[in-house]
Amino acid sequence: MVIVLTEQQNGRFKNATLTAVTVGTQVARALGTQCIALVPGKANDPASLGEYGAAKVIHMDAQSLENVDSKVYTAVISDVAKREKAGLVIVSHTSTGRQLLGRLAVRFRGGFASGVSKVLVEGGKMSITRSAFSGKAIENYVLSGETVVISLLPNASPALKTGTPCPVEKLDIPIPAASVKVREVKRTEGRVPLPEANIVVSAGRGLKDPSNWGIIESLAGALGASIACSRPVADSGWRPHHEHVGQTGLAIRPNLYIAIGISGAIQHLAGVNNSKVIVVINKDPEAPFFKAADYGVCADLFEVVPKLTEALRKAHA
Amino acid sequence: MKLLVCISKTPETTAKVAFKDNGTMYDTAGVTFMLNPYDEWYALVRALELKEKSGGTVTVINVGTTEDDVMIRKALAIGADDAVRVDAAPRDAYFTASQIAAFARDKNFDLIFTGKETIDYNGSMVGGMIAEMLDLPFISYVSHLEMENGITVVTRDIEGGVEISEVNLPMVCSAAKGLAEQRIPNMRGIMTSKTKPLSIIKRVEVSPMIQDVRYTLPPQKSAVHMLQPDQMDELVRLLREEAKVI
Ligand SMILES: Cc1cc2nc3c(=O)[nH]c(=O)nc-3n(C[C@H](O)[C@H](O)[C@H](O)COP(=O)(O)OP(=O)(O)OC[C@H]3O[C@@H](n4cnc5c(N)ncnc54)[C@H](O)[C@@H]3O)c2cc1C
Ligand SMILES: Nc1ncnc2c1ncn2[C@@H]1O[C@H](COP(=O)(O)O)[C@@H](O)[C@H]1O
Repeated sequence: MVIVLTEQQNGRFKNATLTAVTVGTQVARALGTQCIALVPGKANDPASLGEYGAAKVIHMDAQSLENVDSKVYTAVISDVAKREKAGLVIVSHTSTGRQLLGRLAVRFRGGFASGVSKVLVEGGKMSITRSAFSGKAIENYVLSGETVVISLLPNASPALKTGTPCPVEKLDIPIPAASVKVREVKRTEGRVPLPEANIVVSAGRGLKDPSNWGIIESLAGALGASIACSRPVADSGWRPHHEHVGQTGLAIRPNLYIAIGISGAIQHLAGVNNSKVIVVINKDPEAPFFKAADYGVCADLFEVVPKLTEALRKAHA
Repeated sequence: MKLLVCISKTPETTAKVAFKDNGTMYDTAGVTFMLNPYDEWYALVRALELKEKSGGTVTVINVGTTEDDVMIRKALAIGADDAVRVDAAPRDAYFTASQIAAFARDKNFDLIFTGKETIDYNGSMVGGMIAEMLDLPFISYVSHLEMENGITVVTRDIEGGVEISEVNLPMVCSAAKGLAEQRIPNMRGIMTSKTKPLSIIKRVEVSPMIQDVRYTLPPQKSAVHMLQPDQMDELVRLLREEAKVI
């Protein structure tokens, strides 16, 4: 069996989860088995996961699973994996998956991989592809062991509806005592969280002053994009730290990354060069970012950005 | 408080990435290494701050070869009290975590820090593995950690926000940006680091879980398509019709 741990936000399954179920189903088919979705906590419509290929949902509707306590989750997931004779367990490469992957790998004593972009099945063997060295290399290896575990990138592949709602089995097993007590969860922004955003507009020191951020907000608004920034911008307090991308900030891989007034230092690129398409707006023709770009505009950002926003609004109208 | 900080080395951020032996090994020729920034800037410095506030000791541990000693001395120069090096070339995260867990098992550390990830292999695995091996609570990507009347309050980064929790020590956490500010070793630190204890210990026998890794370089980007500022309608069209991303 392939088991996928599901995640929800605001009462809906995350896109990362729909992707994980889609990929889990594809791998299961190639292995001649099925994909089971494990749903911890309350859920509105768990059966809908069948539309993405799950053969069955195991729903554990327990209050104590509302927060991700790594010890509790590890115990529960390995219990389910044992019951279902899981050959592969998939978590998403999210804050939840990060709490769990190392623990699960130790439990299963088998192959593991984090931040996987692709799983290939050949001759009954599973191998994975992931990026390493901050996107400067691609790593491949075979996962061996009775049960292996991976964290799958949220946008590893598109979520595909290929099936119909599936049966939901309620599971009620003993849940170990919590090791962590969650006090509160603070959401810091209304937009799509950066790691999940399809489009990201990002700005650097070229903006000169935090009061100039309005043009970035307008562009992001016209695109439905999330906002990011370079490290010096966060360090000087122009923008909150959770928007800082790069080697020491967040690593993201949106479909479209628009870099405005950012030079493209290697440490910045490390966090964004897995983006599908990169647009660079910079007045310096020598800016290293142009080498990593798909489209470039070499001009004053204060002129270009409002024009681009305008062009997008026109195109939408 | 007894604190343990796991420190690893990583290639300088500007180092060239190339592979040898049929793409199975990272080619370290001409590469200079540094302390992994998450370990040095955040994990180690927060551990030192906790010690300065409530007393105790900060030990750093590294799984590595003699080449790592320079880097270990740097951690001592920044302020760690003593260091341990498990004499072995790291194989995979499971191997590394097993070595650290074997050392820490009977030492009663209150807090074990790792960095959130190494910036070369970007695995983000070692911390959770140590926690599982020692049966301790684990929090990843910790951006704040405070002691409040004997309770440890930890903030971790989650998508679009933070989660604040209370945890009883001992625990393991992986350090992310925000946890502390980088410290530059001063002259006195550098001098005393030379005489601080660095013990070299033998590895425990474990087989790695990951073998036969192959590396390739990502395909070259095709040349950038440059546009003029008055061609923004064209850029929008390209993003829509050629790149199909909006
Ligand atoms: C170990 C380490 C880790 C690091 N980690 C990160 C990280 O995670 N993320 C990160 O971003 N950085 C990181 N850095 C810093 C990085 O090296 C760069 O210093 C930083 O990315 C530069 O930010 P910037 O591009 O905003 O600023 P600058 O390098 O100052 O670039 C500003 C750019 O704006 C352009 N510009 C100026 N005015 C205009 C205008 N009117 N119109 C158009 N263009 C204009 C300029 O031509 C220039 O290219 C790290 C550094 C180190 C040593
Ligand atoms: N060889 C090593 N020796 C000591 N600690 C390590 C080693 N490798 C990794 N670590 C620790 O584990 C963290 C996460 O590493 P990784 O799981 O490889 O991304 C690092 O930030 C270090 O704190």
